[in-house]
Amino acid sequence: MPGRKLETSIHWVMRIVTYSMLAVIAYIIIDIAWHGLPTISWEFLTGFPRRSGAEGGILPAIAGTLLLVTGTIIVALPLGMASAIYLSEYARSGRFTYFIRLAIITLAGVPSIVFGLFGLGLFVLFLKMGASILAGSLTLACMILPTIIVSSEEALKAVPQALREGSLALGATKWETIRRNVLPYSVSGMLTGSILGIGRAAGETAPILLTVAAFYLPKLPRSIFDQVMALPYHLYVLATQMPNADEVRPMQYGTALVLIALVLGLNMFAIIFRNRVRKKYRW
Amino acid sequence: MVGENSSIVKTINLDFYYGAVKALHGISINITPGQATALIGPSGCGKSTFLRTLNRMNDIIDGTRVEGEVYIDNQDIYRGDIDVVALRRKVGMVFQKSNPFPKSIFENIAYGPRIHGFDKSSYNEIVERSLIRAGLWNEVKDRLDKNALDLSGGQQQRLCIARALAVDPRILLMDEPASALDPKSTARIEDLIAELRERYTIIIVTHNMQQAARVSDFTAFFYEGELVEFGATKQIFTKPIKKQTEDYITGRFG
Ligand SMILES: Nc1ncnc2c1ncn2[C@@H]1O[C@H](COP(=O)(O)OP(=O)(O)O)[C@@H](O)[C@H]1O
Ligand SMILES: [Mg+2]
Repeated sequence: MPGRKLETSIHWVMRIVTYSMLAVIAYIIIDIAWHGLPTISWEFLTGFPRRSGAEGGILPAIAGTLLLVTGTIIVALPLGMASAIYLSEYARSGRFTYFIRLAIITLAGVPSIVFGLFGLGLFVLFLKMGASILAGSLTLACMILPTIIVSSEEALKAVPQALREGSLALGATKWETIRRNVLPYSVSGMLTGSILGIGRAAGETAPILLTVAAFYLPKLPRSIFDQVMALPYHLYVLATQMPNADEVRPMQYGTALVLIALVLGLNMFAIIFRNRVRKKYRW
Repeated sequence: MVGENSSIVKTINLDFYYGAVKALHGISINITPGQATALIGPSGCGKSTFLRTLNRMNDIIDGTRVEGEVYIDNQDIYRGDIDVVALRRKVGMVFQKSNPFPKSIFENIAYGPRIHGFDKSSYNEIVERSLIRAGLWNEVKDRLDKNALDLSGGQQQRLCIARALAVDPRILLMDEPASALDPKSTARIEDLIAELRERYTIIIVTHNMQQAARVSDFTAFFYEGELVEFGATKQIFTKPIKKQTEDYITGRFG
């Protein structure tokens, strides 16, 4: 039975490919954890950097990244979810929505450095925000907006049309239907997709490079108009801008580990959240 | 209101278009209040389309168009100033595939009352009354807080009927409400319709001849988007006037 044999080989090829990918990811994480863990200490996590970051802690970078993530969520989540609701529930399918969708897909493919330059031009210079948490958050928000819109739309589309019809037939208006019989079942999916997108934003260097990130700023920001350090940029600086990169290798690994833990934590939270809510709604 | 000349659902020369496709051709019908009317005809002949023009559910499909007049309670429902919310409250609908909301049994029934801003203190009573009328009360009274999706198929459909009743409609549109159910559940739905027709004007789509004969006072036979014959169920099933009707009910096509 040659068909059976082919089937088995394909199955194994797929398996091996999948396992190799997992192995690579596991290797990276283990390598970073192995070299990074010795650096992690209370002082490293809560202290301020010294000597351009060659010594001391990374608190300002952690705080900066957390602030940027928060700012990005505050800006991008409502905008993205509202756009998704409009596109999925209100917009008629026509030329106009077709072009909007095309624009969103295109936007999702724009390199992050372009978003950085855009943020520099619009927020930092033209709107005179200066390099600041505000400008950085807005830039990151622009970058992940397409991800949020697309994943939110998917979550909305997953709600069966029959539920909308059932609600409308009872005399509910469109908005009442969305609010009472669509959003409750889709908001978790919308949030999950969005958080995964935001996790990506947390690790980006290019968009914040020109809009917010400070090379070396050993203090905490006082307002959203201040510059901050950020983990990905700090890592870049440690790896490439130090006179002796080998000497600060432990700092690099430590910083990388914190960044990865942060992003993985965010994603884990999203996935656990999704699984919990998924059990509640099935049809 | 139930008098000889009063009409509750009346259409005059009703045409319906899905984009360029004409699905209904000049339907004129005058449905008697307080009676059950069955819509029969081969699949694709426009029964559902017609039913959905009566509560304007076709509005939600892009590119559809209505011509002619539809009167509910002597009010043209396609005139500009009509309140669709009030219309749909008056004209309840039960779908072919039951569509309970993924909420508790109680919340399913209370959905309409909530939307229409009924007094909160009335919910318990409305839920109980609606479930009793839909013949579901005894089966679910101890688990109103359980998810409606845990009910059996037949129970789900009766829940949807109860949900429609909760906003106190005068007309109940039912689109093949039992077509997805087993014979036992179907029999229960039919019994239920027999009870409901005392209180509501019912328009029911069915592809099941026996069902139409059992549950309806009047029958309308549709064919290719046209209303071929409309009359007392007894007459339609014993001595139809049109050849097409006879062919259909004797099973020669469709
Ligand atoms: N959403 C739709 N878009 C386009 N055409 C439709 C749509 N729904 C139904 N039709 C067409 O309209 C005609 C009548 O359909 P329908 O009212 O569903 O028939 P029935 O309920 O009698 O089976 C059919 O030819 C069908 O293909
Ligand atoms: Mg149909």
